[in-house]
Amino acid sequence: MAKVHVATTINGDAVEFLCEADETLLDVLRDELHLTGSKEGCGSGDCGACSVMLDGRLVCACLVLGAELGGRAVETIENMADGEVLHPLQRKFLEHAALQCGVCTPGILVAAKALLDKNPEPSETEVRYWLAGNLCRCTGYDKIVRAVLDAAGEMRGELTHAE
Amino acid sequence: MRYEAPETLDAAVALLAGADGETRLLAGGTDLLVQLRAEMIEPALVVDVKRIPELCAIAAEDGGFRIGAAVTGAELGEHAALKAAWPGVVEAAELIGSTQIQGRATLGGNLCNASPAADSVPALIAAGATASIAGPHGRRQAPVEEIVTGPGETSLAKGEIVVSFLLPARPPHSSDAYLRFIPRTEMDIAVVGVGISLTLDESGTCGAARVVLGAVAERVLLVPEAAEALIGTAVDEAALARLGEAASAACRPIDDKRGTKEYRIKVAAVLARRAAQIALERARRN
Ligand SMILES: Cc1cc2nc3c(=O)[nH]c(=O)nc-3n(C[C@H](O)[C@H](O)[C@H](O)COP(=O)(O)OP(=O)(O)OC[C@H]3O[C@@H](n4cnc5c(N)ncnc54)[C@H](O)[C@@H]3O)c2cc1C
Ligand code: FES
Ligand code: FES
Repeated sequence: MAKVHVATTINGDAVEFLCEADETLLDVLRDELHLTGSKEGCGSGDCGACSVMLDGRLVCACLVLGAELGGRAVETIENMADGEVLHPLQRKFLEHAALQCGVCTPGILVAAKALLDKNPEPSETEVRYWLAGNLCRCTGYDKIVRAVLDAAGEMRGELTHAE
Repeated sequence: MRYEAPETLDAAVALLAGADGETRLLAGGTDLLVQLRAEMIEPALVVDVKRIPELCAIAAEDGGFRIGAAVTGAELGEHAALKAAWPGVVEAAELIGSTQIQGRATLGGNLCNASPAADSVPALIAAGATASIAGPHGRRQAPVEEIVTGPGETSLAKGEIVVSFLLPARPPHSSDAYLRFIPRTEMDIAVVGVGISLTLDESGTCGAARVVLGAVAERVLLVPEAAEALIGTAVDEAALARLGEAASAACRPIDDKRGTKEYRIKVAAVLARRAAQIALERARRN
């Protein structure tokens, strides 16, 4: 079967690639474009490790076909830091030790950023519900939620300090 | 597998009609991609419907709303006027999966995947929604309750596409509600789901009602006996008790890891009463 030719935008750059019709966006990112920040935990939409933004919406890259991307815009974890300068969420995850093995972390950061872009002052409950599709086997979630709330505070310009 | 993303309904219908072998429509892909990966299905052609404008819009029509079959849960939740008129339909759609799933999952996919536990389907049926369907022989309209015939089975003919759903105009003092019971607080499949829509008259008597149960039979059930328990009453304790009995009596569930038959039958009564009370409170405020 002939491959599908796709012209799209990834992290602000025009990108063209060839993929199989049944290849997922996650496989395209990781295997064709070597953007390996997005992880595969389950491949079935349950874990959120593959979270990316597609035309401004948070989605699981494992449940999108690469062939769908023509003319669309994707943002991945690779676009979160500004060069060497980490995004406040990334910094707060380090400060709060909100990761252990790190497999869930890229997806959680992308999801958390999507929340803060929409709602700069979420409650703890809102953070927990928003991130319900991001599973973490290591941290028990508490440190993740603290890090997100702390980053939100800092981004609103409030003075905060991590313990 | 071939992938096509036509930009018109006619082109989509022609692609399906002209295809040899198994074809599938792709909306949000949250069921389809899982099934592709598990090799439960091996379609020769997948037709992505998300570039067809009619499937992707929410528009006011005849005092009600027309919702494209490929509109996502996230978009439904952001539509203030739709949410005000049909809070039960929107809350049901918003229960589907996580934030990530909401960014993709559609009403058309939820219906046509034909799971007996699909969350938005009881709410759409309670709302009296009509599906507009395009196919090789033109357009037809069908009540949503006529689409799904059993697990994974629909009454859609080969090459037919659900284009949109029409939610009718709301009389004053009308509202709806959807409740589901799951063992966790998020990310699970309904053990029982209940959608109820009702209209009160000026004196607060229930003049019209529709009661629909999910996950308690091989398909979603519209239960007229349960609606009759409410109609002509003030939706008082006695009416709610009869509603619960009628809901339980309509169930013909299976045992599975999420709940036994007995449990589902009992929970159906409890949820029906609670959903009716929520719809009642909302209708009084309208
Ligand atoms: C992690 C996860 C959690 C989930 N949680 C829930 C939940 O809580 N509740 C729930 O009800 N579901 C849940 N689902 C299932 C799924 O998300 C929903 O059924 C969703 O609404 C499907 O919509 P879709 O647009 O993604 O469908 P798709 O996967 O694109 O399509 C589903 C089926 O419908 C057909 N189809 C799609 N659109 C049309 C159309 N317009 N006309 C005719 N046929 C069409 C397709 O060919 C396919 O067979 C979950 C899924 C995942 C992966
Ligand atoms: S890998 Fe996509 S949700 Fe788990
Ligand atoms: S840090 Fe290991 S899964 Fe979250």
